[in-house]
Amino acid sequence: MAVKNSEVMTINMGPQHPSTHGVLQLILELDGEVVRKATPHIGYLHRGVEKLSEHRTYHQVIPLTDRLDYLAPMSNNLGYVLAVEKLLGITDQIPERAKVVRVLLAELTRLKSHLVWLATHALDIGAMTVFLYCFREREVITDLYEKISGARMTSNYFRVGGLSADLPAGVEQEMREYAESMPAHIEEYEGLLTGNRIWQKRTIGVGHISAEAAIDIGITGPGLRASGVDWDLRRDNPYSGYEDYEFEVPVRQEGDTFARYKARLDEMRQSSRIILQALDKLKPGPILADCPKVVLPPKEEVVNSIEGLIHHFKIVTEGFDVEPGEVYQGIEAPKGELGYYLVSDGSSHPYRMKVRPPSFVNLQGLPQMVEGRLLADVIAVIGTLDIVLGEIDR
Amino acid sequence: MSDLAIVEKLKAKFSSEVIDEVEFRGETTITVKKDKIVDICTFMRDTGGFNLLCDLCSVDYLGQSPRFMIVYNLYNITTKERIRLKAPVDEQDGQIDTVSGVWGTANWMERECWDLMGIDFVGHPDQRRILMPADWEGHPLRKDYPVQGPDREPYQGRLS
Repeated sequence: MAVKNSEVMTINMGPQHPSTHGVLQLILELDGEVVRKATPHIGYLHRGVEKLSEHRTYHQVIPLTDRLDYLAPMSNNLGYVLAVEKLLGITDQIPERAKVVRVLLAELTRLKSHLVWLATHALDIGAMTVFLYCFREREVITDLYEKISGARMTSNYFRVGGLSADLPAGVEQEMREYAESMPAHIEEYEGLLTGNRIWQKRTIGVGHISAEAAIDIGITGPGLRASGVDWDLRRDNPYSGYEDYEFEVPVRQEGDTFARYKARLDEMRQSSRIILQALDKLKPGPILADCPKVVLPPKEEVVNSIEGLIHHFKIVTEGFDVEPGEVYQGIEAPKGELGYYLVSDGSSHPYRMKVRPPSFVNLQGLPQMVEGRLLADVIAVIGTLDIVLGEIDR
Repeated sequence: MSDLAIVEKLKAKFSSEVIDEVEFRGETTITVKKDKIVDICTFMRDTGGFNLLCDLCSVDYLGQSPRFMIVYNLYNITTKERIRLKAPVDEQDGQIDTVSGVWGTANWMERECWDLMGIDFVGHPDQRRILMPADWEGHPLRKDYPVQGPDREPYQGRLS
C-alpha cells in the first residue's frame, strides 16, 4: 500500500487558550488528527514564590502560599502552617477547635476546587449547563470564605499555631445546610453527565494510565486513586486530626478520564460527610496555641497593656526564630499530594522553602496520556488532570 | 536511630557511601555521597519499596563546602513511610547523576533544579530550563542571586 501524505504538522495550543486552564502552552505534533508528540511549556506564571519566601518571616509567607493553587487557597495555607508547626515542634499543642476548623475548611476547599474542576472539565467537553450549576454551588463557598477570612479567594486565614480569627456567628449553620444539600447537587451533576452518551464517549478509555506508570511519573491524589492505588494521606499519614473522622477513600480501577471523574465526585460526597462530622465536633475553645513566642497576643492585651503591645510589635516586625532543621510535610490537597519542604538555619526566615505542587507533577503525565490519541482528547485530558498554573509555575 | 528497617540495610550495603543519619521531628534523613546516587536510589526503590519520589530539590548553603545539597523526599505507598536522602555537591563540580531512570518524576524536577539552582544532572534526557525563559542568564534560587533580579537597585521601600 502506498504511503499517503504523512506530513507532521506542529501546532501551538496555548498559552492563550481557554481549555488550557491558564497559561499552559502545548506544542503538538499532529499527524492528521492524531497527536504524535506533545510537549508542555510552562513557566509563564512564575513569580518566584520560593525565592521570595527566603526573604520573608514565617508568617509573611502565608499570603504567598494561597496564591499558588488559587482554586484551593486554604489547602495551601494548611500545608504550610503544618510544616512550620512541625519544624517548631508544636504540632501537638494546636488546640482542638483550631484543628477541627482546619479540617472543616480544608474539606470545604476540596469541594470548591472540585466544583471548578467539574465545571471547566464539562465545559471543555461541551456541557455548558454543568458549568453554571457548579459555579452556583461554588459561589456559596466563596461567600462563606468571605465571611470567615474576609477574602473570597486569597484567604490567608490559618496561622502558625492556629487560626487568625474565630468563625463568625452563624456560619456553622450555613455550612451544615450546605453540606447537607451537597449530595443532592452531586446527584444532579451525575444526572447530567454519568449516563450521557456524549460524555461517556469523550471520557471512557480516554487518557488511560496504569497504576505503575502513574506512580513512576508521580501522579497523586484522585488521579492515582482512579488507577487502582488505594492511598490517601488523610487516612494513611493523618494530620490535623483526620484520624478521628470516618470517611471512605474512593478507588476506581479503570484509570481513564471517566474513572477520575467518578472518583472525584465520590470524594465530594465524602467531603460533605467530613464537614458534617467536623461541625458536630466543633466545641467552643481557644483557637491559638499557647506558644507566646510564636502566636500573636489577644487584641485586648495589645490595646490595654504595654507588654502586650511590645509582644505584638516584636512578632509582627521580627517574626519568630526557628531552631535549625528541616522537615517535609505532605497533605492531601484536592489535586494530590501537596508538600512543603522547609529548611531552617535558626533565623526568623525560611532558609529554603520548596513547594511540591501536585499539578506540576501530574502535568508531567500528560504526554503519556495523549500521545497516539486524537487532538480532541487532549482537551479532555487537560481537564481531567485538574491543573492550576499558579501552583505549577509558582 | 531510625525505626525504618531500610536504614540498616542501606548502611550495610553502601557502608562507604553513607555519610550521616539524622532523626528530626520523626523524619529520617540520610546523607550519602553523590557518586553512587543512582545505585542507592535504585536500591531504595526496589529493596526499600520507596516507589514514589515525592520531591527532588536542592538547597544552596552558600559559604559552606560542599555548597549544594540535593534532596530526595521518598515515599513508600505500601508501608506509608517517608525517608529523605541527601547528597552534597561541590560548587566547582556542580553535577550529579540523574535519577530520571529510577523515577520518571525526576525528569521535570531535575529540570527545575537545573533551571533555578544550576545543578547539572549528568545523563538527563532533556535538560532544558523549565520555569524561566530559555534565554535567561543565571539561576535565581542561588543565594548569591539578588531577590529583586539582576541589574536592579534593591527595593528601598516607598519614597512618599
